[in-house]
Amino acid sequence: MVNNTSDSGWLTVRSVRLEILERGQGRPILWLHGEEGLDPGAPFLELLAAQGRVLAPSHPGFGRSPDVGSIDTVDDLSYLYLDLLAERNLRDVVVIGSSLGGWVAAEMAVKCSDRLGGLVLVAPLGIKVGDREARDIPDIFALPPDEVVRLQYRDPVRAAVDHTKLSDDQLTVIARNREATALYAWEPYFHNPKLRQWLHRITPPTLLLWGADDRFVTAAYYGAAYRSAIPGARFEMIDRAGHFPHLEEPVAFADRVRRFLGERRA
Amino acid sequence: MGMRAWFFSENAYHLLPDPKEYDSIRVKLPNRYYDPKIGADLYHRFIDEWQIAEELGLEIMVNEHHQTATNLNPSAAVVMGALARDTRKARLLILGNPIANRREPVRVAEEMAMVDVYARGRLECGFVRGVPYEMSAGNHRPTRMMERFWEAHDLIVKAWTSHDGPFNWEGKYFHHRQVNIWPRPYQEPHPPIWITALSPTSARDVGEKGYVVACFLTGFEGTKNVFGSYRERRAELGLPAPALDRFAYAALVYVGETDEEGHAGARKLMWYLESNKVPPQFTSPPGYHPTASTVNAMKGANPGIFKMFQNPALGPLMENGLVFAGNPDSVYRQIMKMYDHVGGFGHLLIMGQAGFLDHEETVKGMQMFVREVYPRLKALA
Repeated sequence: MVNNTSDSGWLTVRSVRLEILERGQGRPILWLHGEEGLDPGAPFLELLAAQGRVLAPSHPGFGRSPDVGSIDTVDDLSYLYLDLLAERNLRDVVVIGSSLGGWVAAEMAVKCSDRLGGLVLVAPLGIKVGDREARDIPDIFALPPDEVVRLQYRDPVRAAVDHTKLSDDQLTVIARNREATALYAWEPYFHNPKLRQWLHRITPPTLLLWGADDRFVTAAYYGAAYRSAIPGARFEMIDRAGHFPHLEEPVAFADRVRRFLGERRA
Repeated sequence: MGMRAWFFSENAYHLLPDPKEYDSIRVKLPNRYYDPKIGADLYHRFIDEWQIAEELGLEIMVNEHHQTATNLNPSAAVVMGALARDTRKARLLILGNPIANRREPVRVAEEMAMVDVYARGRLECGFVRGVPYEMSAGNHRPTRMMERFWEAHDLIVKAWTSHDGPFNWEGKYFHHRQVNIWPRPYQEPHPPIWITALSPTSARDVGEKGYVVACFLTGFEGTKNVFGSYRERRAELGLPAPALDRFAYAALVYVGETDEEGHAGARKLMWYLESNKVPPQFTSPPGYHPTASTVNAMKGANPGIFKMFQNPALGPLMENGLVFAGNPDSVYRQIMKMYDHVGGFGHLLIMGQAGFLDHEETVKGMQMFVREVYPRLKALA
């Protein structure tokens, strides 16, 4: 699973220590992982690194990044990463986020897009769509673990992880990822009730990517609501993929990103 | 002054459907299975049993749980309000208020002060973290719970002990700008505080404060570790060694005239463990258990005590000190074995009713305990 950690390192942003993977050269690409955390061996990272300089931090509490007492909301994460871009003096950054990470990316763009050259939201969470009794996002904390995998992956069998084959370190990362997800997303559940009304502030070119077989938050319902809230956002589907298209269809995912970036440059 | 015994029951609704019909008794079992008319009879029966406990000379304990058929006290304050009026001399222990799960600690301070005044100063006020199943039931985030727990505790104690008008509270978890509760507690400076601990780490904080620490079904080793850690922490800080009345142990207890009768009663009490059908998403919400325990659970390891809950059998439960049952001599020996193993304790919390143990059986178990076992425990030096 983890076979290439040589480009993993540590970064400190305003005294917050982050495990970060840096790979590739060129235009900065900030990858913000979701609930699934960051697997340095995932093929999509390699494919993204062919298009620019990928910076992929693990959010505080995820992976090996320490828990930080003063950081417990997605709001905090969005400011943390805006600070990261400022400290590195990065410009024309492409911010790409998946699921929970897509929510973080949207919050960043709403707050300040000065350093952003483009935004790619991969089945982002973060908004309330239906009425108060609508369960927009299935409750992963109340569903059987198998059912969560079935909702999030097109091919649950391939996505299933055999815990007995993993080392304690790998299991610790999985456990920490779940704990950190609960920290940031427990309540309000995977959303900021105010975010939708401010998404119009997003000015950089924005691409929304959605797995055609996303059963967790569907393109037709959740994706459509996101699209209508961001003026001019482009919406594209990736076939044969569920909620994490970068994991299930890495080549198609990287392709869509490449085309989007190419058009931006032209 | 010897050991004090407290009678408690979970006020369960035991008339469950076939377990094949549901996957969880906690959080999501539909309440269409609850018949309020039967429920009303049960409430009155359980209150009667607590009154009988008082008449027999036992102290009274109630607890609370949410969204579960195993316990129909979603508000310990409400049932204790009734008991405060219906009793005269027993100490009244709530163990306890799940204060990490409460939106309004000031409301807890008010309710506890009210019960204490009702009871003319007989309240013993417990605070608990709450079992993992309560997270979904209360929508409370399972991470950083103890931080929230202690902030709630600090706010409640300050509310109880402030008598000169409003104070301000703008903490990490709770905000309340004009705190000035009426009534204030009957007891000075406030009702005695109890806190449950399942791990040596949490026992350290309780030891530092000098509150009563209570262990629930933690068996020989678990209890010894918790009590030991409490004592150690006080020694580290140079604080006086704790008296035995700082330690409480809760077990399923049934005393019969013979071992057979005692064991038969205990088997009925085991309903509580046997019916606790709960799927993993509710037993292990992320962040509730330490990361290392979660990792062990992912590998298929199960802490011994939970294994016993999964396939409860009377023999192992008795061997491990979770159940004290049999004839009076047997029960006394079992209690003393635990007592000696853990360095002594001043409170025995008796879970004396559960499941299909009916009123007569429940009362007989209490009577046998009070007549044949309790005098020996009271006489402990």
